[in-house]
Amino acid sequence: MFEPEMETMPLKELKELQLERLKATVKYCYENVPFYRKKFKEAQLSPSDIRSLDDLAKIPFTVKDDLRDHYPYGILAKPLKEVVRFHSSSGTTGIPTVVGYTKKDISTWARIMARGLATAGVTSEDIVQVAYGYGLFTGGLGFHYGCEELGAATIPAGGGITPTKRQIQIMKDMHSTVLCCTPSYALYLAEEAKKEGIDPENDFSLRIGIFGAEPWSEATRKKIEAALNLRAHDVYGLSEIWGPGVGMECEERAGLHIWADHFIMEVIDPETGEVLEPGEKGELVFTTLTRDAMPLLRYRSRDISVVEEDSCACGRTHPRMLRILGRSDDMLIIRGVNVFPSQVEHVLMRIPGIGDHYQIIVDRDILDVLRVKVEVTPEVFSDKLAELEALRRRVEEELAAVLNVRAKVELVEPGTIPRTPGKAQRVVDLRKGKI
Amino acid sequence: MVVEQVSVFVENKPGRLSKVTEILGEAGINIRALSIAELGEFGVIRLIVDKPHEAKAVLTNSGFTVGVNKVLAIEMGDEPGSLAKIASALGDAGVNIDYAYAFIARAKEKAVLIARVDDIKKAEEVLSREGIRLLEADELQSI
Repeated sequence: MFEPEMETMPLKELKELQLERLKATVKYCYENVPFYRKKFKEAQLSPSDIRSLDDLAKIPFTVKDDLRDHYPYGILAKPLKEVVRFHSSSGTTGIPTVVGYTKKDISTWARIMARGLATAGVTSEDIVQVAYGYGLFTGGLGFHYGCEELGAATIPAGGGITPTKRQIQIMKDMHSTVLCCTPSYALYLAEEAKKEGIDPENDFSLRIGIFGAEPWSEATRKKIEAALNLRAHDVYGLSEIWGPGVGMECEERAGLHIWADHFIMEVIDPETGEVLEPGEKGELVFTTLTRDAMPLLRYRSRDISVVEEDSCACGRTHPRMLRILGRSDDMLIIRGVNVFPSQVEHVLMRIPGIGDHYQIIVDRDILDVLRVKVEVTPEVFSDKLAELEALRRRVEEELAAVLNVRAKVELVEPGTIPRTPGKAQRVVDLRKGKI
Repeated sequence: MVVEQVSVFVENKPGRLSKVTEILGEAGINIRALSIAELGEFGVIRLIVDKPHEAKAVLTNSGFTVGVNKVLAIEMGDEPGSLAKIASALGDAGVNIDYAYAFIARAKEKAVLIARVDDIKKAEEVLSREGIRLLEADELQSI
């Protein structure tokens, strides 16, 4: 462990530390960020009202639009002369978000990343190929500083700048032992290496992969691990809060440890904003505890997951978030149950021959009806009706177990689910306009 | 002695059978026997045709999910009791008939039972012991 005392601190003590830091952060925000002072006044709240961790729920949420509304520098708690770096994410909606860092932020971030890298098993002996993008995106530089802090030999290979052929050559000739990039780029690298006739077991020295910045599944993990002959870890971060490193999977890979000395993680019902208990699925909300230039209070990530607070076999006491289940923007409410299209996809992907083409249809009879159309491929086809029906039921049962709501599965002919260029229309909600 | 059956996955809605048979007709494929089984919103069309692999290819090219599997073509006398004889021979031997369908051969006073069984080898043994004849693919085309 990089910081064993902090990483294994009993949860009760961690929470005491969190409260102490929360109080300081609230005061700091109130005194230095007009945006927060206004928010507190509107909510008739004073920093001294925050006396326990439960009081956090009194503070209004911060959302991405708040950052856009104060573009570019409006949420900074420090004067520009103390800012040493900016990162920015463009998003798809037009106005970018800008995030500022002081010298202290850069060094705190490096320590968080170093702790995360060590959590994934990286040591100062490793040769780390950072193939995340370097630039406005936080991935490349975030990993880079973390690796150097840890003392690993860092190769700033920079995905998107360094061609894939060169990446493969580096991996082979420089014996990279750790690869950091997006999971989709890892798959692409594996494919290209295979085309060049490279045998990852003999030609590469990889042992650990750290993949994030986009949602991926257990099936993808297995695929990458087999293709590159390494052990794959999930990493979580938000560009609005430093970047990568907010959470990292340890060797147990039973969720990502979220560093409680730096962040308070809450789970809320995305519809009502109500705080949920550990184990309940909802939107992750983060409060920064050690951020200097741009502290954020109750920042809504839009990411949906489940938080576990029970102890981890690795010895770390920090709570874990499970793999991201989806985005709250995509959430469907079926008979009062929150359902994410990504959950349906995960179930379908587990069943061989099913899953490439599917469509989720939500309709209302008296109650909401969830239908999932699945195309029958030669792989699952049988001339016996009983076998087809068994397959249909199996999909229904596996969906019900994961979604907690019954879905009616329909087997349809291949090609009947509409294909659109680019992103397929996976969800059709016919309830609109129906009472 | 087995024959190959083509089966096609179809949604249970108007026009699907006509689509399948049109495709086969256009490809010059002749249908000797056919059965349709449905379960709720989907079904399977099973066909005995003169060119099963060609049939699979043209249907697959048209976007259908198609399988080819082995079935028995059992000759029956076109008279009372002949189906019972076959069924009891197989049943006594513990061979299960997954599904079956029959057609009457033109002018031969014979009928043919197409049967999908769980143990083809055993079924062949039992039937030949009972003196029941199995038809070959080319024989099926000539009746």
